[in-house]
Amino acid sequence: MKRRNPLLSGPYLIWTAAFIIIPLLMIVYYGLTDSTGAFTWSNVAQMGTPERMKALVLSLILSLFATAVCLIMAYPLALILTNMKVGATGFIVTIFIIPMWMNSLLRILAWQTLLERNGVINQILGFLHLPKLYLINTPYAIALGMIYDFLPFMLLPIYNALEKIDQNVVNAAYDLGANKFQTFWKVIFPLTIPGVISGITMVFVPALTTFVISDFLGGSKVLLIGNVIEQQFTQVGNWNVGSGLSLVLMIFILISMAVMQHYDNGDAEGIVL
Amino acid sequence: MSTKLIDLQHITKSFDGQMVLDDLNLYIRENEFLTLLGPSGCGKTTTLRILGGFETPDTGRVIFDGEDITGLAPNKRQLNTVFQKYALFTHMTIAENIAFGLRIRKKPESYIKDKISYALKLVNLDGYENRMPDSLSGGQQQRIAIARAIVNEPKVLLLDEPLGALDLKLRQDMQYELIRLKNELGITFIYVTHDQEEALTMSDTIVVMNQGYIQQIGTPEDIYNEPENAFVADFIGDSNILNGIMLQDKLVLMQGVKFACVDTGFGVNKPVDVVIRPEDLELTAVPADAEEDSEEYQRAVRRVTKFNHGFLTGTVSHLIFKGVHYEMEVQSGGFEWLVHSTRMFPVGTKVLMSVDPYNIQIMNKPASEDEEAVGVEDI
Repeated sequence: MKRRNPLLSGPYLIWTAAFIIIPLLMIVYYGLTDSTGAFTWSNVAQMGTPERMKALVLSLILSLFATAVCLIMAYPLALILTNMKVGATGFIVTIFIIPMWMNSLLRILAWQTLLERNGVINQILGFLHLPKLYLINTPYAIALGMIYDFLPFMLLPIYNALEKIDQNVVNAAYDLGANKFQTFWKVIFPLTIPGVISGITMVFVPALTTFVISDFLGGSKVLLIGNVIEQQFTQVGNWNVGSGLSLVLMIFILISMAVMQHYDNGDAEGIVL
Repeated sequence: MSTKLIDLQHITKSFDGQMVLDDLNLYIRENEFLTLLGPSGCGKTTTLRILGGFETPDTGRVIFDGEDITGLAPNKRQLNTVFQKYALFTHMTIAENIAFGLRIRKKPESYIKDKISYALKLVNLDGYENRMPDSLSGGQQQRIAIARAIVNEPKVLLLDEPLGALDLKLRQDMQYELIRLKNELGITFIYVTHDQEEALTMSDTIVVMNQGYIQQIGTPEDIYNEPENAFVADFIGDSNILNGIMLQDKLVLMQGVKFACVDTGFGVNKPVDVVIRPEDLELTAVPADAEEDSEEYQRAVRRVTKFNHGFLTGTVSHLIFKGVHYEMEVQSGGFEWLVHSTRMFPVGTKVLMSVDPYNIQIMNKPASEDEEAVGVEDI
């Protein structure tokens, strides 16, 4: 192998240290110390209050729900896209990607306008002499925002995985006597598991930690763990408690990623057959 | 070898207005090793895909064992395909790959286990049950693909350029392997390739195709020795193809010299294509400075005209050692002749070229594209 110049990786190492490693170490430091700088577990233990546990559980439920709905919606769509003619696929994929270029804050604000008490949907209902619906500031509105915001992140990895499957492998399954249903469950789906895993990770993690979506669509009525942490930094100004709560959340994310990784590596025995 | 197992009747197929198969008629007998041979885009793979059920012909019927299977789905057909580039299920072990078709058919596990070890033995890969496809070499993967197909006991095995991705040595080994497999299994093989050597080595019957038409059907010997038109002659092996005029029965004029041949029935003074294989040309060296009336030159002429008819003079312009023989190019009358000989004639040698009348193939010139591609149904 060619000798590499270690200096070439310098900018990358500096970047990694400055913007990833040092901030992480700072969170660990703040999370495990009190205002005087002495070591303490109390910041982490702050998660134990009923109000915060409620927010954490609600966050987990909503992000799991949003991830599941994204998966159920994205997989068939990706299948349809893969089977379409080349030109049409590019068009539909672009349609899905264009919203991703827009600021997610703007997209969530748009939903706020739609779902408000006197928003577009309720105005239409009123025009039709139907009773108004209570949409905004509910967990459902937050889940809707999550699904809308993160669907492309589920679609693209699955679409990529499907695209990579050699058509002859699918034909081979038919050739060996499998019908469409068997071909899907025994060949196509197992081969897309890596794509599904990265899709799940890319939806679940941001959904679990979001505070913007719950801010705009949940108001102050529905608190997610993201909001609780945000408040510690921006309103209460207690960086130590905020960091301590972040550490707990981080552990949940690490656990979920470890579980995903396990299925990714063990797919031959774990999920198939 | 007499029953028709598969009968393709008047098959046409076009993609986006591009005609790929035009009124193809072909039957395949039981236990035959039949090869569809032709350049890319000749329609050979499309024919195989129609047999496998992955394409539906625009018109025409596919008869299998007396039944019309034209519209039958691939998973309902009693034939299995070995795909180009193996198409193994990379998320399954070798054993699971081989068992795939059997599990779909809900065969008992003990039967499946026997079949797996039988198939692995057949392709010389005992003990590979628990390996993953990615950990096998190309040749091994191809053999697994064959094993995966044959455990289902198909009546016909379709092979789509299965050796295309392998290197030369492995390809030759696999050719013998395939012949052995075919003999042990006693089933029909339909093989698609663009490699004429592969086709000649393995086949009972070769179907030469070009531009959606069948050019010639015959045994490897027929195809090689008696090509029916210039395309077949050019595609199978190396050939010298040049214009000639059939002066009368058994006498052809090329490059202004009369040659004896054995063909009759072409009429009088008819323009024809003349095909001569490079190994059929005989060279005799003459000294470069010899005058045409010198004793030495005349002796050489007497030697080459032992058939009493015709010879050409030329100069060797290229020489390559090919192992078994030398390959030479001889410039003569503005034509570059390809010559294979076990004797070496250095570049610049002046030579006399002669050819045995039996080795001159005379062919009608195609009157049009359509006639060139005349559909030949009977062998």
